[in-house]
Amino acid sequence: MNPVNYLYLAALLFTIGAAGVVIRRNAIVLFMCVELMLNACNLAFVTFSRLHGNLDGQIIAFFTMVVAAAEVVVGLAIIVTVFRSRHSASVDDASLMKL
Amino acid sequence: MENLIGLLVAAPLLGAALLLCGGRRLDGKGHYIGTALAAASFVIGAVLFADMLGRGEHDRALHSKVFSWIPVGGFRADVAFQLDQLSMTFVLLITGVGTLIHIYSIGYMEHDERRRRFFGYLNLFLAAMLLLVLADNYLLLYVGWEGVGLASYLLIGFWQHKPSAATAAKKAFIVNRVGDVGLSIAIMLMFTTFGTFTFAPVLTDVDNASEGKLTAIGLMLLLAACGKSAQVPLQSWLGDAMEGPTPVSALIHAATMVTAGVYLITRSGAIFESAPDAQTAVVTVGAVTLLFGAIVGCAKDDIKKALAGSTMSQIGYMILAAGLGPIGYVFAIMHLVTHGFFKAGLFLGAGSVMHGMNDEVDMRKYGGLRKYMPVTFVTFGLGYLAIIGFPGLSGFWSKDKIIEAAFAKGGTEGWILGGAALLGAAITAYYMTRVMLLTFFGEKRWVPDEAGNEPHPHESPSSMTIPMIVLAVGSVFAGGLFSLNDSFLKWLEPVTGHSHGDSPLSAATVTAGTMVVLVIGVALAWAQYGRRPVPRTAPRGSLLTRAARRDLLQDDFNHVALVKPGQYLTRGLVYVDHKLVDGVVNGTAAGVGGLSGRLRKLQNGYARTYAVSMFGGAAVLIAATLLMRAV
Repeated sequence: MNPVNYLYLAALLFTIGAAGVVIRRNAIVLFMCVELMLNACNLAFVTFSRLHGNLDGQIIAFFTMVVAAAEVVVGLAIIVTVFRSRHSASVDDASLMKL
Repeated sequence: MENLIGLLVAAPLLGAALLLCGGRRLDGKGHYIGTALAAASFVIGAVLFADMLGRGEHDRALHSKVFSWIPVGGFRADVAFQLDQLSMTFVLLITGVGTLIHIYSIGYMEHDERRRRFFGYLNLFLAAMLLLVLADNYLLLYVGWEGVGLASYLLIGFWQHKPSAATAAKKAFIVNRVGDVGLSIAIMLMFTTFGTFTFAPVLTDVDNASEGKLTAIGLMLLLAACGKSAQVPLQSWLGDAMEGPTPVSALIHAATMVTAGVYLITRSGAIFESAPDAQTAVVTVGAVTLLFGAIVGCAKDDIKKALAGSTMSQIGYMILAAGLGPIGYVFAIMHLVTHGFFKAGLFLGAGSVMHGMNDEVDMRKYGGLRKYMPVTFVTFGLGYLAIIGFPGLSGFWSKDKIIEAAFAKGGTEGWILGGAALLGAAITAYYMTRVMLLTFFGEKRWVPDEAGNEPHPHESPSSMTIPMIVLAVGSVFAGGLFSLNDSFLKWLEPVTGHSHGDSPLSAATVTAGTMVVLVIGVALAWAQYGRRPVPRTAPRGSLLTRAARRDLLQDDFNHVALVKPGQYLTRGLVYVDHKLVDGVVNGTAAGVGGLSGRLRKLQNGYARTYAVSMFGGAAVLIAATLLMRAV
């Protein structure tokens, strides 16, 4: 199978994730969309690693996973705290930072 | 001995510092401190004078350097004093008459709650004037010059709660400032021409400078002298300066301030002698002012303003004499000293009259005061005889010599100047007789004022009469003493030089002429004010009288020629500033403000909107990168 197809898939997944981030309001869904974008990137990295025949891309994919795991921990904690105080997980409700 | 010179200035300066910084603690005894320190300065002056007399004619000058003031590279300015015969004369006049005025003020200002401050200012005045005449270079002289300006401002505006006094003080300060500009330019020109501004090198080096430069320096010095000595065209402040307490007028007119211009011109004689054009300007100013002041003095009903016109006129004589060169220097200074005596006496007498008359200054409301104030009458009368040049009294000796010197100038110029001086003598006799008759002779013309307070004319306390008596003695004898064996001439000659000139008229002819005009002046005044009763309100008068009452339209002239154009200029500038400069600044600010108002709407607080702009930005960047690659 042509490895380029994986790149198309990665682009598609990234677009879905980005669209989700922009369109959806629920913080949890937003979060999942961010994960989708990260994993699309991982897929692209791995594909390029395969195309170029070296391991650089795969190493970076691991790094991304570690960073993503850390980010999930911090992010979920923030979301839970916001939910507790505002009884809502909608990002539009937390729009206090404006003039 | 040299070290004492600094003390001359330091004593009154210490007094000023004590009284002005001491606060209310010194309210009770401040006037004694001030008077004591002025007297101390006089005593030091007398000691130095005795010491100076003990030395030979040509090594009488003392020099004392106190410290190096501004040593920068080749530029040097020292605080150094020079005490020669000319400075000595001034020191004795300033401290002597100044001390008498201090004593007089103790009584005169008795009921003023700011008396301590008044004495502080008086001391400051003396210190500044002493610094002016003792400086050994023009820059230090300038410091004293400005100090005198400051002190006069403070004293003329001493009753600052009166708007007229506050205005008069400002006027005096501003008009003086115009003259000060002249002095500062003269000093700069001296520095570029001679590389220094110490008296000795500048005044001995004039031969090495071009006449054009010397004329420029001379004219600038004349401008300075005009400002300080109230000469035409900078004379307008003197009349208004009468708003100050009377002792201040006496101090300004007799011992300090107005004599500074005469000192400056006499001291800078070498410059003027090498610049005939500047010298002509000096004598012209002197001759014009002596007539101007005398005419103004004839029309004023305010006793102090009449005396102010007289001062202007007498200083005109001195400037005229100083402008004549070596023929006149000695007589300029001699007249300055005798004038110091009788004018101080006259002003203190006027103050004494006002003191007894509830501060009334209109002479038409005096009349017959000789019975009520005998001491004032006699001392004022002696001052009067001295100023009109009654034979034997001080003014006779000095003024006669000036008229003689004016004729000795030679040629048409000599005739014109001599004629002007003679005419001035006649007018002097007229207006001073008028003052005398209106104040002390005739019927009493005072009436109760609106509040029903009738003035009770009475003699002033002895603290006021004693200085008047001392000054009257000076007015009687000083001139004769100076003329005995030409003692004053011999005293000053080593400093100023002297030449006899060559007069077309003999001394006796001039004296006879002076006597004739004196009699005419007195007779005219008698015919007008002595023979007939004087109306209580001034008659309308001729055109000249009305002009003279308005100081010969000097203020109107200044208003039209200087104030109005100045106002138009500032108004124009304000308009441009408002419309153009402010327009650009405000327009820019409004533009930025509007733009930011728009941009602010982007900040709506929704995280998703920010995400869109981030994605959009990233997309644009990627697109741009790809496009660049493709090209």
